[in-house]
Amino acid sequence: MEVSKKLVNDLAPQKFGKKGVIWTTFLVIVSIVGIIAYIDQVRKGQIVTNMNDYALWGIYISNFVFFVATSFVGAVTVAVLRLTKNTWRTPVVRIAEIISVAAIIMAGLTIMIDMGRPDRLMNLFIHGRMQSPIIWDVIIIPTYIAICLLLLYFPLLPDLAILKKHFSKINPKLSKWYGRLSLNWTGNARQTKIQLNSIQIIAILTIPAGFMLQTIDAWLFATLFRVGWDSTNMGGYFITGAAVAGIGALVAVVYVVRKAYKLENYITEFHFDKLGKFLALACLLYLYFNINEYLIPEFTSKKEEVTHMNLLITGQFAPLFWFVQVGGLIVPIVALFFKKGRKPLPMFFIGLLVVVGSWWKRFLIVTPTLLHPFLPVQGVPESWHHYFPSVHEWLITIATLAMALLIITALVRYLPVIPIKRTADEQELFETEKKSKS
Amino acid sequence: MEDNNKNTRRKFLDKGLKIGLASAIGSIGLTKIASKLNAETKSSSEETMELMTTDGTIIEVDSSEVEEVKDIADHETKYRLREGMPNRKFVMVIDLAKCKNALKCQASCNKNHYITGEHAWLKVYKMQEDEDTAPYWMPTTCMHCDHPACVTVCPVDATFKRRDGLVLIDNDRCIGCRFCMAACPYSTRVFNWEEPDYGEAAEVFLEMHGADQPHNSIEYAGVPSKIGTVDKCDFCPHKIHKNEVPHCVEACPNGVFYFGDKYEDTVTNGAETLRLSKLLEEKDGYRLMEDLGTKPSVYYLPPVDRLVDFKEGLNFYKNFNSVDKSDY
Repeated sequence: MEVSKKLVNDLAPQKFGKKGVIWTTFLVIVSIVGIIAYIDQVRKGQIVTNMNDYALWGIYISNFVFFVATSFVGAVTVAVLRLTKNTWRTPVVRIAEIISVAAIIMAGLTIMIDMGRPDRLMNLFIHGRMQSPIIWDVIIIPTYIAICLLLLYFPLLPDLAILKKHFSKINPKLSKWYGRLSLNWTGNARQTKIQLNSIQIIAILTIPAGFMLQTIDAWLFATLFRVGWDSTNMGGYFITGAAVAGIGALVAVVYVVRKAYKLENYITEFHFDKLGKFLALACLLYLYFNINEYLIPEFTSKKEEVTHMNLLITGQFAPLFWFVQVGGLIVPIVALFFKKGRKPLPMFFIGLLVVVGSWWKRFLIVTPTLLHPFLPVQGVPESWHHYFPSVHEWLITIATLAMALLIITALVRYLPVIPIKRTADEQELFETEKKSKS
Repeated sequence: MEDNNKNTRRKFLDKGLKIGLASAIGSIGLTKIASKLNAETKSSSEETMELMTTDGTIIEVDSSEVEEVKDIADHETKYRLREGMPNRKFVMVIDLAKCKNALKCQASCNKNHYITGEHAWLKVYKMQEDEDTAPYWMPTTCMHCDHPACVTVCPVDATFKRRDGLVLIDNDRCIGCRFCMAACPYSTRVFNWEEPDYGEAAEVFLEMHGADQPHNSIEYAGVPSKIGTVDKCDFCPHKIHKNEVPHCVEACPNGVFYFGDKYEDTVTNGAETLRLSKLLEEKDGYRLMEDLGTKPSVYYLPPVDRLVDFKEGLNFYKNFNSVDKSDY
């Protein structure tokens, strides 16, 4: 079972060209600017944000929810497609796993940015109490980080062994690292059996863990009284929304990686077609929950609900609301129904649109609700009647997004983005089938 | 549910009794007292002492088992900070018929709690349910709920409910996640977005809270404010401790606020002292957002048979301001 030279050459990580270096430098600079802004926030307090006693959560929280949602891509693509035996997933699963790892790590970090007293982080462990949904998050996020890392690592083992061999002459130092990480992988029957079993267990684990993560995130809002959050619809709403955000991000990243590494022979139009259908399915499911979430309150027309709905449909959030609903959901669904819409380039733009829509969607879940509490907003400065993020908030938030992209970039640089061993096995299978037929 | 309530009350009384005895006469391990009470005093050769328990029964204990407690103050402090004052249940009644938005309550509250932010703990809302119904002024404090949503969601137990009814904040523990603020339906909680600036009041303040004064003591839970933590109306434990009514009750020129103890069934606004149950029954008392099940400790009397004209209050109404910083 020798893996062909050409395959390894094609799929082994490559040094970045000029574009890659510029991209990485750009991300590093944006991240550093954000870190400086955060240090300033720690020194002066959250007065540097535009949050206030009414808009008490802002884009730090909505950005956190976005990261949590995006991290769901590992659970949906890898685990669900694996368990449903969809073999077309092979060239995209690794990228999905990488996005998951980056997103969930950044989710863990971004939630701390919102804390008024980050110096008291340890109190969560010293004084933590199970009845608080925040503690549920404190438990599930590290768990999911661990699962995501394992889901990335286990299938990598054979590839790392291949890379060790591949780089032994070109880059001995790198080869040594691959060797260490491959845990002496030889590919014998016993190792393979353990590996396959482990992957199966982790893949199955990812689904309940992913559902729990998204549900807990939904419950951070649903357990509160506020209008717009106090809804039994929230769990499914967040799970399907996470599938949309995750697959959207996957499509966009797959397109860029394919282009940058020239993987057109491995990630073909067939794969984009399948991904497009998958994204359309997720969008349709999410649309269903959106209809539930917005149509029922509109129908019963309770006073508080009407205030909330008017704020979204015709009020100050209307442009954003319609952009998110139409641009982030309806347009992608319609476009993906057509075969032409599922070609790589249109898919890339749809993916981007879905990701941007998903990000603002979280903003619309968090902010409008806070601006109309049960008692009227009185006796506070005029500026407290609205919320739009400050420069500090934007710099920090954009930096977290840059850091997520940086993690993805680093992993894409050093790991084979398409599973080498698996691709080789599948090609072999394909060849033998062809031979037996002829 | 009924059984459960009775049970907790019984347990509560039981504990209060034990602690009361211990702090009054000091000494003797609590378990010993308990065994004495159960055993109806084994008469011994030595002298016995007659003691009165907090609920008025006379018990006899062996005097050899009575000794002085050395750190009585410390014992009391630790007991009360999170437990509350034994056998008390503080409530407030706000008579909307009397309020004319004089805002003396707010000024006094701001001054005495050294509120330096943009958001007063006590607010007087201009309310009108519908355009066809009459407008009225509605002061709000923290509702000190018996089912406090804020306490339920706090991840670190920084905000807590005491047995005497108070909901307080340990701002040495608060991590500033603001989940409690999102949970509170009454929008009563405020956040210290920056380092509190006490200005000239700082000296007075430091005098009051000397370095020897433990922060988050019974009298001053959550005071002084700290950056990055949550604040709210504390029902003035520093006043209750001295057997006085909270600042807002004291400052109100119209007798709008009544403060008292539900177990004693009395409330007072300083000028008159009334039977709580009778007052609520006669004047149709209600609580805010009863349907949410938060069980507030603050009752409202509806704005009927008003003593004042609503419009008078408009002269003092400030839509965008509730803390007058010129006081500092």
